[in-house]
Amino acid sequence: MPHTVVDTKDVVIRFCGDSGDGMQLTGTLFADASALYGNQISTFPDYPAEIRAPHGTVSGVSGFQVHIGSDGVNTPGDFCDVLVAMNPAALRANAKWAKPTASIIIDTDSFDEALIKRAGYKTDDPISELGLEDRNIICSPITTLTKESLSDSGMDAKSIVRCKNMFTLGMCFYLFNRPLEYTYAYLEKKFRKKPQLIEPNRKVLFDGFNYAANIQAIANTYEVKPAKLEKGVYRNINGNQATAWGLIAASEKSGRPLFCGSYPITPATAILEELAIHKNLNVKTLQAEDEIAGICTAIGAAYAGDLAVTTTSGPGLSLKSEALGLAMITELPLVVVDVQRSGPSTGIPTKTEQTDLAQALYGRNGECPVAIVAAHSPSHCFDAAFYAAKYAMEHMMPVILLSEGFLGNGSEPWKIPSMKDYPAINPPVITKCEGAFQPFARDPETFARKWAFPGTPGLEHRVGGLEKNTAGVISSDPENHAKMVWERAEKVRRLANYLPLQQVYGNQEGEVLVVGWGGTFGHLYTAVRSLREEGKDVSLCHFDFINPLPKNTAEVFSRFRKIIVCELNCGQFADYLRARLPQFTYLQYNKVQGQPFIVKEIVDAVNEIL
Amino acid sequence: MTYTAQDFKSNQEVRWCPGCGDHAVLAAIQRALPLVCEDRGWHKDNIMFVSGIGCSSRLPYYMNTYGFHSIHGRATAISTGIKVANPNISVWQACGDGDALAIGGNHFIHAIRRNIDINIILFNNQIYGLTKGQYSPTSKLGQITKTSPYGTVENPFTPGSLVLGARGTFFARGLDVEMGLNTEIFRAAAAHDGCSVCEMLTNCVIFNDGAHKDITDREIRADRTITLHHGQPMVFGKDKEKGLILVHGKLKIVKIGENGITMSDILVHDAHSADPAIHNQLINMKYPDFPVAIGVIRDISEPTYDDRVRDQLEDVKKASKITCMDELLHSGATWTVE
Repeated sequence: MPHTVVDTKDVVIRFCGDSGDGMQLTGTLFADASALYGNQISTFPDYPAEIRAPHGTVSGVSGFQVHIGSDGVNTPGDFCDVLVAMNPAALRANAKWAKPTASIIIDTDSFDEALIKRAGYKTDDPISELGLEDRNIICSPITTLTKESLSDSGMDAKSIVRCKNMFTLGMCFYLFNRPLEYTYAYLEKKFRKKPQLIEPNRKVLFDGFNYAANIQAIANTYEVKPAKLEKGVYRNINGNQATAWGLIAASEKSGRPLFCGSYPITPATAILEELAIHKNLNVKTLQAEDEIAGICTAIGAAYAGDLAVTTTSGPGLSLKSEALGLAMITELPLVVVDVQRSGPSTGIPTKTEQTDLAQALYGRNGECPVAIVAAHSPSHCFDAAFYAAKYAMEHMMPVILLSEGFLGNGSEPWKIPSMKDYPAINPPVITKCEGAFQPFARDPETFARKWAFPGTPGLEHRVGGLEKNTAGVISSDPENHAKMVWERAEKVRRLANYLPLQQVYGNQEGEVLVVGWGGTFGHLYTAVRSLREEGKDVSLCHFDFINPLPKNTAEVFSRFRKIIVCELNCGQFADYLRARLPQFTYLQYNKVQGQPFIVKEIVDAVNEIL
Repeated sequence: MTYTAQDFKSNQEVRWCPGCGDHAVLAAIQRALPLVCEDRGWHKDNIMFVSGIGCSSRLPYYMNTYGFHSIHGRATAISTGIKVANPNISVWQACGDGDALAIGGNHFIHAIRRNIDINIILFNNQIYGLTKGQYSPTSKLGQITKTSPYGTVENPFTPGSLVLGARGTFFARGLDVEMGLNTEIFRAAAAHDGCSVCEMLTNCVIFNDGAHKDITDREIRADRTITLHHGQPMVFGKDKEKGLILVHGKLKIVKIGENGITMSDILVHDAHSADPAIHNQLINMKYPDFPVAIGVIRDISEPTYDDRVRDQLEDVKKASKITCMDELLHSGATWTVE
């Protein structure tokens, strides 16, 4: 078969196998190597909640999709050009994501009768049962080849088989013309303490590469040229890491040590794990006994003068509701990070959704508005976390940062910023005062109260969940209560004076305005861009600031004839907009499948209303 | 700095019911703190009171110190956060039996397990007072309350046993009526580095009046309680004529001078014993079989959580090459686009 090199702008590759097959690592290493090669990348891990679900079953399939390209990579891609399926279940669960033109690499060693049956096929021929006959199926005995590659390594049989993901990675490196050096360096670092494992992994990666080069089955390899990126130093970053780093950056800028009280919960845990590493940068982490202790230790730390953070996901936010009300009425700075996942209740913990918006907006007793910031891409989590912390401290109030599993686990290259380009953070710390300290006296502009740390002579004061007057004395006076309720809400509203104005991508006025928020940005942007390339009058208005909304929101909306709100829930943002800006009509496109949007479905939805 | 009890009184009107045991505990705290500040060289502004919800949780408002009146059950978690953020603050916590042992039970045991350096004053009146008379986790089996009109059918906690079970390093018990002893208990709690739990048996005049009167009434108190002091023999009674000895590992009441028993046979209280076996027996002594033990029962020295947090931060800082955010941003795998 003649071999051709396909020059392409972008390629999507999806690795899938048993949850113990190491597909997340394979995908991550492929993405990192591509990023180092200079491509734009976007990744999407799609894995089950079980650590080791039953072997060979569809429920145990773990997937990792990588989109690499030289231009226009804003999402992990809808459908894949190359699908790697390590067993029949992986093929069955993921065949629907393969383009009609896709190449599919399968490990034929795992396509035995027992595993085909366990994956739920009705026949003994998965390829035709799934209707994949016309795809380019690359059948390779990956397990056998891995065993042969490592027969002299002295490793035990089980450990050898576990290296098959490296063999597969080697094949993909050939297929996409990627250099091996980056992964070699990675292996050396990973196995620093077990140096006997470096060489076998290196060998199996190299053998996989050569195997792919030598077999005739691979007709095409792909050449994805480096992207034309802005000059600078880059790194790969995922959303949870970026969130942690943004918080540390805010701690440095404000001079307030960082305290994070959290309880492990998928998919937010990695933020706590990341923060725990960086104690050298004045970070204190406390793994609390439960979600409530997570936020309450943070509230205590906030009172004592730290930049206080608690991280969680949907059900954890529910548990924190009462304490969030306490942070709100005591007017203490606190960042609550919610990495949203599929709900309600435990829902589908590893799948992404935007279904906590209503909870973030309204989920507390009493009149309890809380500022809400949303992150729109993995690297944007850095800025979102930085500004959430800045607003919390400067305005003396809790701020909820809404991230999503899709962002937290997804990664992309990021041009490393310089801290000198970030604004100062000046919390209203008070160290002395004339006369008696009035804990709830307010700044006339922001309405923020002063932050007085225990240990400061002369500023002794009491805060608490009971309603107080400006002097900090308990009060159930009706007029005082109404006044305090209004002032606390007004403080949140006034944050809008400090937010950037809402921007529109595309025409600044016209026919259709696509409205979104949070992690759907990449998909919505790609959809709007492709519609515009077809000459359609479509623009995008994507919100990073949910509460308060940017001041010009109504003015922006008024410039378009139709507004369609697209979100991964049943219409929570649309309902919020209806309540806040009832003068407009909002069409909706919603999806609640625990999966991100597909660009095409947005394009279709917009075309329908054009 | 020299303070008087008056310096610790806030200008807020105390709103507990007349006759409530909490008044006396508050007075003992305000009497103890000037001594504590002298003992430890602390300033008043370094002292703060944290509470949850309940009658006793109003206490921070009555103290002229920093204060945080939080939400039901969560005082221990809030105290923990304050102490980790600023280990120089002396954190005191007021909480009730429902607050600390029911809704806040989880935070209570974990703070003790971590041995975080906070002083928990547990007001145990064996009833929910603020919600007007429902049974609590320390209400006696069979107790008639508004939510147990036919008597409770559940066993109460013995808070001290819970403290030991959570690896507690300090436990003391006081009676609201023993202001002098309570002052000493709070001083000892302040001297203890680690989590101190001071159980105060308090009387709720409205909803559980006389809950402790079997041991607190003036005429019978000396016979039905035993005040423990570290290093001193365990004697009690009006004339200190009774004492405790250990027989086959079990505590037994004896009369000094009878059956050849002399003062030298009486058990000497060792609050510093790491082995909690005798502490557990002392904690569980109940009238009428035994006198109820009051005073500092356990006070052992172990590293505190806040010290370990601080030490680890210092160690990591010394070992790390990364000293600021810009360095962190450029650490690990990066590449340059020309």
